[in-house]
This record gives sequence, C-alpha cells and structure tokens, in this order.
Amino acid sequence: MNFKKVIKSALMFGLIASLAACSSSTPSSTATTDGQASTVPDGQETYKIGLHYEMTGAVADYGNAELKGTELAIKQANEAAGYEKYVSVTYDNKSDSTEAVTIATTLASDGVVGVVGPATSGASAASYQILNDAQVIVMSPSATQNNITLSDPNNKDSDVYDYVFRICFEDSYQGAAMAQYAVDSLKATKAVIYGDTASDYSKGLMEAFDTQFKNIGGEIIATEYYTAGDTDFSAVLTNIKGMDFDVLYIAGYYNEAGLIIKQAKEMGIEKVIIGADGFDSESLVELAGADNLNDVYYTTAYTTVDASEALQAFIEAYKAEYNEDPAMFAALAYDATNVLIKGIEEAGSDPAALQAAINAIDFSGVTGDFTFDETHTPIKSVLVVSLVDGVQSGAEFVSPKE
Amino acid sequence: MAKNRFTKTNFLWLLLIIVSYFLINLLINIGIINKVYQTVMLTIGINIILAISLNLIIGITGQFSLGHAGFMSIGAYSTGVIVKQMGGNLSSVFIGMAVGILLSSIVALIVAIPTLRLKGDYLAIATLGFGEIIRIVIQNMKITNGAAGLVLPKLLDWKLVFLFLVISTFIVVAFTNSAPGRACISVREDEIASETMGINTTKYKIMAFVIGAILASIAGTLYASSFYVIKPDNFSFNKSIDILVIVVFGGMGSYTGSFVSALLIGILNTSLQSFADIRTIIYGALLVMIMIFRPQGILGNYEFKFSNLLKRFNKKEARS
Amino acid sequence: MNQFLQQLINGISLGSIYALIALGYTMVYGIIKLINFAHGDIYMLGAYVGFIFATKTGMGLVPTLIVSMVFCAILGVVIEMIAYKPLRNATRITALITAIGVSYFLEASTQKIMGTSPRAFPALLPKGLIKLGKVTITYQQVFILTITILLMIALQFIVTKTKIGRAMRAVSTDTDAARLMGIDVNKTISFTFALGSALAGAAGVLVGIYYSSITPLMGLVPGVKAFIAAVFGGIGIIPGAMIGGILIGIIEALVSGYGSSLYKDAVVYVILIIILVVKPAGLLGKNIREKV
Repeated sequence: MNFKKVIKSALMFGLIASLAACSSSTPSSTATTDGQASTVPDGQETYKIGLHYEMTGAVADYGNAELKGTELAIKQANEAAGYEKYVSVTYDNKSDSTEAVTIATTLASDGVVGVVGPATSGASAASYQILNDAQVIVMSPSATQNNITLSDPNNKDSDVYDYVFRICFEDSYQGAAMAQYAVDSLKATKAVIYGDTASDYSKGLMEAFDTQFKNIGGEIIATEYYTAGDTDFSAVLTNIKGMDFDVLYIAGYYNEAGLIIKQAKEMGIEKVIIGADGFDSESLVELAGADNLNDVYYTTAYTTVDASEALQAFIEAYKAEYNEDPAMFAALAYDATNVLIKGIEEAGSDPAALQAAINAIDFSGVTGDFTFDETHTPIKSVLVVSLVDGVQSGAEFVSPKE
Repeated sequence: MAKNRFTKTNFLWLLLIIVSYFLINLLINIGIINKVYQTVMLTIGINIILAISLNLIIGITGQFSLGHAGFMSIGAYSTGVIVKQMGGNLSSVFIGMAVGILLSSIVALIVAIPTLRLKGDYLAIATLGFGEIIRIVIQNMKITNGAAGLVLPKLLDWKLVFLFLVISTFIVVAFTNSAPGRACISVREDEIASETMGINTTKYKIMAFVIGAILASIAGTLYASSFYVIKPDNFSFNKSIDILVIVVFGGMGSYTGSFVSALLIGILNTSLQSFADIRTIIYGALLVMIMIFRPQGILGNYEFKFSNLLKRFNKKEARS
Repeated sequence: MNQFLQQLINGISLGSIYALIALGYTMVYGIIKLINFAHGDIYMLGAYVGFIFATKTGMGLVPTLIVSMVFCAILGVVIEMIAYKPLRNATRITALITAIGVSYFLEASTQKIMGTSPRAFPALLPKGLIKLGKVTITYQQVFILTITILLMIALQFIVTKTKIGRAMRAVSTDTDAARLMGIDVNKTISFTFALGSALAGAAGVLVGIYYSSITPLMGLVPGVKAFIAAVFGGIGIIPGAMIGGILIGIIEALVSGYGSSLYKDAVVYVILIIILVVKPAGLLGKNIREKV
C-alpha cells in the first residue's frame, strides 16, 4: 500500500466517523421546538411524542401531509399549555418497513410516551409489536388495512395490541359502504373496479367493494389494475369505455385517481366515478382538473361541507401555518395527535393509565366523533361526498347493510 | 495430499468466531448493545449474507446480476407462508428455509441457463427482469397475500443470524478457495482463455449463481423471521441495488470488504437517522464522494487472512 | 378492430415518451458504456424546471422547452464532471454506483425543496381531438410523437453527419485510438452528456404537459422502462431506442387491453429476456463475435 492510498482512506474514514460522531453527540437536534416558550416552568411535566413518518421514498407525500397535521396539533397544545409541554422527536422511515422496525426500536428507547404514525399499513405493522412491547402508545392516522391492529391480521381471533390505536376506517368498512351507496342511491347495478396491484389499501377496498356489491344484487363487469407510479391509463380505459356499466370504482390514492379521472373524461367516459378517502386531497382537483370532477363520489370521514366550528378552526390554522389546504391525511394525523394529547392530559404518562384513558375516550375531532371498538378502530360513520366542479357539494351518511 | 484441517489459521478463525460470539453476548447482557443496536445488528448481519452471496456472483465470478432481491424474496416468502400455515415456531422457520433453498435453487437454474450466456450489462438487465418478474408473481399470488404482504411474529434473535452468517461465510470462502472457485475466478479474469484451458465456464457460472441464490434465500428467511412484515415492495429492484452498493463499496471480490462495508453502511444509516428527511440527500452525496475517493471500494480486493498476519508476525520475530 | 387501432395509438403515444427518454440513455451508454441511473432524475428535473419557468413567467411551450433543455444540458455536464469523470479509468460498475448516488441525491433534494406532493403542470398545448371513425387521437399525442421523431432525426443527423458526431462515434468505438487521432475525448463526452440530458429535459416538459402531473419520483419507472427500451432496440443505436420505446409502449397497451392489466409489466420483462437471449445485441444491434 502506498502512502497516498493510506492518506485517502484515512480521510474517508475520518469523514464518516466525524459524521457519525456529530450526529450521535447531538440527539437533541432531532427535537423540533414548536412551542413559543422555550423554557419549561419549574415543576411542570414535559412529554416526548415520537413522529414516525414516511418523509422520503415512495409514499412520502402521505407521510409529509400527516407530519404537518401532527406538528400543528403539538404546536397548538404547547400554545395552550403556555410552555413546551410536548416535545416531538421526528424520524423518517423512508417508506420502508425494515427502516420502520429500526425507527420503532429507537423511539422505544428514546422514552417517548406515544408515537404518531406511520402513514401506511406495512410500516405500521412492522412497528406495532416493538412499540406495544415497550408499552408505548401508537396512534395510527391511516393504517387502514383490515385487522392491522391485531397481532395476526389474517386471523380475526388473534390478540389486539393493547397500545395500538387507529383513527381511520378499515378498508373493508369503507369499500362496503360505497357499494351500498352505489346500489341504493346511485341505482347502479353494474360496476367496473379499477385498482392498484401494488397497494394493500387498494386491494382491501377492491375486495370489500366486490363482495358487498355482489351481495346486494349488483354485478361486477370487470376488475382492472394499475401500478402505483403509472401515468398512462389509456389502454385500460379504452377497454373500460367499451363495456356496459353504471359506475367505475377507482380504489386508490389521488395521485393516480386524479389522472385516471382526467384521462377517462377526456376519452369520453361519462359514467359516474366513485372512490374512497384516497381521493381526498387538493391534488385530486389539480390533477384531474375541476371541470372533470362532476358525478364523482367518494367515501370519507372528513368533509368541508357544513363544516363544524372545530373543523373550520383547524382549516384556518392549517392554512395560516402551511399556506395550503389540509388533505384528509393531515386531518387524520391532527386527530390522532390530539387523541394522544387528550389521553396524556387525563392520565399522564403512566402507560397503563394512558392506555385505559385512550381506550375509553369519547373524542370529537375534525374527522368525526368516535369511540374505539374492541379492535381499537374508531366507530365512525362513513360519509359519501359528491363533487361538483371539483368542489365538495353534498355529504350523506352511509352504513353498509349485512 | 491429505489436507490438514487443524491448521493454526483455522484454529484462529474458530477462536475469533467464539470470542466474538461471547463478546456480543456480554455486551448485550451488560446493556452496552441495547435494543436499537440489536436491530441494527440484525440488519447488518442479513446484509452481510446478501452481500457476500452477491459478491460470489459479481466479484468472484464476474457475472453482473441485478436480481438478487428476487432470490431473497423467495426465501422470505417461503418462510412467511409456512410460518402462517404451521404456526410461529422455530421449526417452521427451518422448514421454510429448506423450502426456500429448494425453490430458489430451482428458480436460479431456470434463470441462469438462458441468461448466463449474456455478458455484462445485458446480463444485468436480464437478471433485473427476472427479479421483477418474481416480485410481480408474488404480488399477484393469493397465498402470499398480494400487495399487503404477510405480518409475521419475530422468531429469531441475533444468535441464529450470527450462526448463519458464520455458515454462509464458510460456504463462500470454502467455495472460492476450492477448485471450482478458482475456475470461477478464471472465468472472471478471462472467459475465453479459461474456456481454451478446458474449463466448462457455463457450469461454473451456474454453480456460483445457484450458491449465491441459495444464500440470498437464507438471508430472506432470516429477514422474514425477524422483521415482522414482508411485502413485495421490500424486494423490489431497489433492494438489489442496495446490496450491489454494499458489494461495490466494500470492494468487489473481497469478502472482508463486504463485511466492512455492510457494517459501515449500517452504522452510517443509523447515525444519519436523526437528520430525518435530509438523510437520503447526505447518503447519496456520500456515496458519490466515497466512490470517487476509492473507486476500487474500501478494501479493493484485499482479503483478511490469519496466515498473512502470522507470516508478518513470524518475519518480525525473525528480524528481532 | 377499432378497439385494436385505439390501443395501438395508446401504445404508440406511451411508447414515444419512453423513446424520448431512451434516446438520451442510449447516447450516454453508447459513448461511455455507463448505465446512467440518474438519467430518469434529470428527466424529472427537466419537468420541474419547466414547471417553475412556465408558472412563474407564464410563457409558452417553446421558451419553456428551451429553458428546461438548457438547464438539463448544463446539469448533465456538471454531473458528468463531478461524478463520472474522476472514474473514467475505474470499473464501470463503480461509475454505476455513483450514478445511483446521484440519483438518490437528486430525488431526495427535489422532495425536500419542491415538496413531495404532485404538481399540476400548466397546459401549454391546445386541447382537442382528431376523430377517425371511432378512433380518437388527441393533439397532444400527435404533438409528442412528432417532437420525438424530429428529435430523433436531429440526433441521428448530429451523430452521423457532423464533425462532433464523428468524434462521438470514434470515442464510442475506441477511446484511446480516438485520443491518438487528436479528438478531445473529454469534450466529446461532455457534449454527449449535454445532448442526452437536454433530451431528457425535453421529455420531462412534454410528459408534464401530457399527463399534467409531475412528482419528484416520476423518473423512476420511466427511467427503468426507457433503459429496457434502449436495450430492446440495441443499445447505442439511436433508431433502436426509438423502435424499442414504441414497441414497449405498444406491448403494454395491448397486454392491458387484451390480456390482463395485472401482468403488463411482467410481460414486458419476459419479452425483454427473450429478446436478449435470442438476439443479445437488441433488435437493431449487430452481434459482434468476440475476438481473443
């Protein structure tokens, strides 16, 4: 080995080592200080809340929206307390379930009282057992997969994670509600389903819609698939155009749904388009174009039609903070964080007491009023929202019949 | 010539393994290695197995494969499905591992026979294609629960990963130093020349490829039984790239390099955790810088050997 | 029959986008044999630059295209200088890793700076339909295909008829011999990167207009597909990239239309592998017998 090489490699190792050292020696840099009062009054408790979100990677869009909702809730709680009562510790799980395991372990050892996130079911499921074992409360804003709060989602009789709660509907519940609405209110008898092969959310919705629609006398003409990240749907839509159907159920998120709606309408498909809460975002309007968003219905827990005072206040505060309209993800995360904060206000940081308080909570939030059922999933009513020129114009409660 | 298996160096290796086992055990017991580090260790251990198995294919045999994650997914899903059917205990993990090994060697043969005739980047693209096909098939199968994947209990601790790390390392090193292993190296150095020397290059390429695939599948099994969730997108083409980065970063053809680089990347990733969303930016920039500073990887093709150490030691003795 | 024609048109318009990205890919590969994984991200940045320029200044298509192409050309040259040039003499796989590093860097930086949500691209082209019986073609589809073909012809002209093109071919065939003949190899490679990246920038703007949506990760899938397209047609060959891209588009459309949309990507990979096994150099490539 010559001298130059030795110098070079020493430099490189030094670089890595110094990076590692400077990051590990200042763990406090992670805590985002949201409160106005930076000093904590004597004798006052502070609580650490872990923020465990997809900030980069494939589903970063959803994770970042939720991060904003959570940070807003914490900021407001700190303002109300008058000092920095809730300290957030933020980590990025890179939209990767392996990384989620590491982050969950880190959070558990950081001594957080509760964790909000992740946004997707996969990363959530990877974190639950670790955080549950560490007796850390997990509030999942949008882990919608069926039975994900159980230790074995494929087995309905398995144990519920004591410390895991979610704020969103289950996929099956929403999908079935939309099927019911399609038959009862839209008088549809024939439906085409179009969903994402690579998404568990989409898969859950498709199955639930399919089952319920057939149960109540409808017929599924065809089931077609796309893959998240696709931008050209014309081939499948050309096929669908040639079919005889009443409604097109798009089971997916706004990123693709917006483009599908746009391309469908431009192609001349004038049928009713229905979907789920994945539609709920300003981006849907941007992508599809407002004039294409007529005769579009979707299920959600959150609507700005006849908004309650609390919801209006949230929207105002969110706009003031981030200069944009809140998406459903942000609203769910806002509620999830507030449930946790309310629990802490009532019961403090003792894990068992906090768990009991949250379990018994009767919460009224921006995404509806709810209590938790035995699987720690909220009992919320499903709303079907209709769009006229891209604006929410009507909302109706629906519940699927057995 | 009968080989003496009880050489000084083999003894030293054994000693190193035993000492590191007890050292890790001790550090965990007195709490220096906490749960976070244990998780990181699991990741690093599994990554090392993946990296050395890919190194056997790329570094030793010179065949550019970009489908390694596909084989990992076969192991992971075999284990996942069997654990789901038979219940979460260690014996189902081992049955899953056996099934994974069987399936991945069959698939590796199917992939290898047509594609290993290709060279360089064409081979890379063909293996990339195969890896993606495996993923798409898994994504659309009922038994694998499609895109939602499988939620599994944690069935392993670091000891089993350590055991399989030792076994895998032994396999690749033993293979590389055996006659077929030397044949593989000759294929890497000059395929036509080795063919002229009467080496059946296709046979040795396939051999290395299948061994690599089997080890990747074992890594998949270990992953499935220690990381709670397996989903098709865990095994996308990006995963293959991640493994490739470890191999090249460590030095192609150097197993020691793969160890060091998996360790460094694991530590780097963990220590960048607190940078939240700019972590990936830093990681990308570092990757470029490191490759510019050391294009041949951290260790180039250097291999750590006790015999070298002994030689040096003896020389010093002699001099003094 | 109508349906078939319609699917064919869908396929061609999707394929022309792959082709547009593949053109840049194939040029860079042709000259330094590097799978430039960052190419898809340059395409993404082209779309973002176009987006920022068009929304801030309100100018039309042509200025937007030019700004974005110039930006990407400069970016391509800078990336080449920083990340690939120091590795000219290292193994190609090393350069591949730096390309991956660049790709991570560009994606994550864009996510950080521009946000992760999709942005709606302003409509810079008139909307409208051409109806031929029951088959419909949008103006945008015609437009994108035309631009792709024009760019391909221009590129082919540069490569085969100009002095710099001859230098490019020389460097591609034998770098050392080219250097001995007095060709400035570094300049030629920089030029190739500028040209390839400018094409990616153009593709970004056109795709932005066509789908009206851009995201920081939009380069991932088309990047891989475009590379496959380039291999498909014979890598390093400009008309090959065009044909490869359009064929992949058509295959995807027909599989979605007549087979199962579930397996459209899998079918592309299967066909790719078959082509590689049967004709490793791609559709238009010449099989070169390796000499000792």
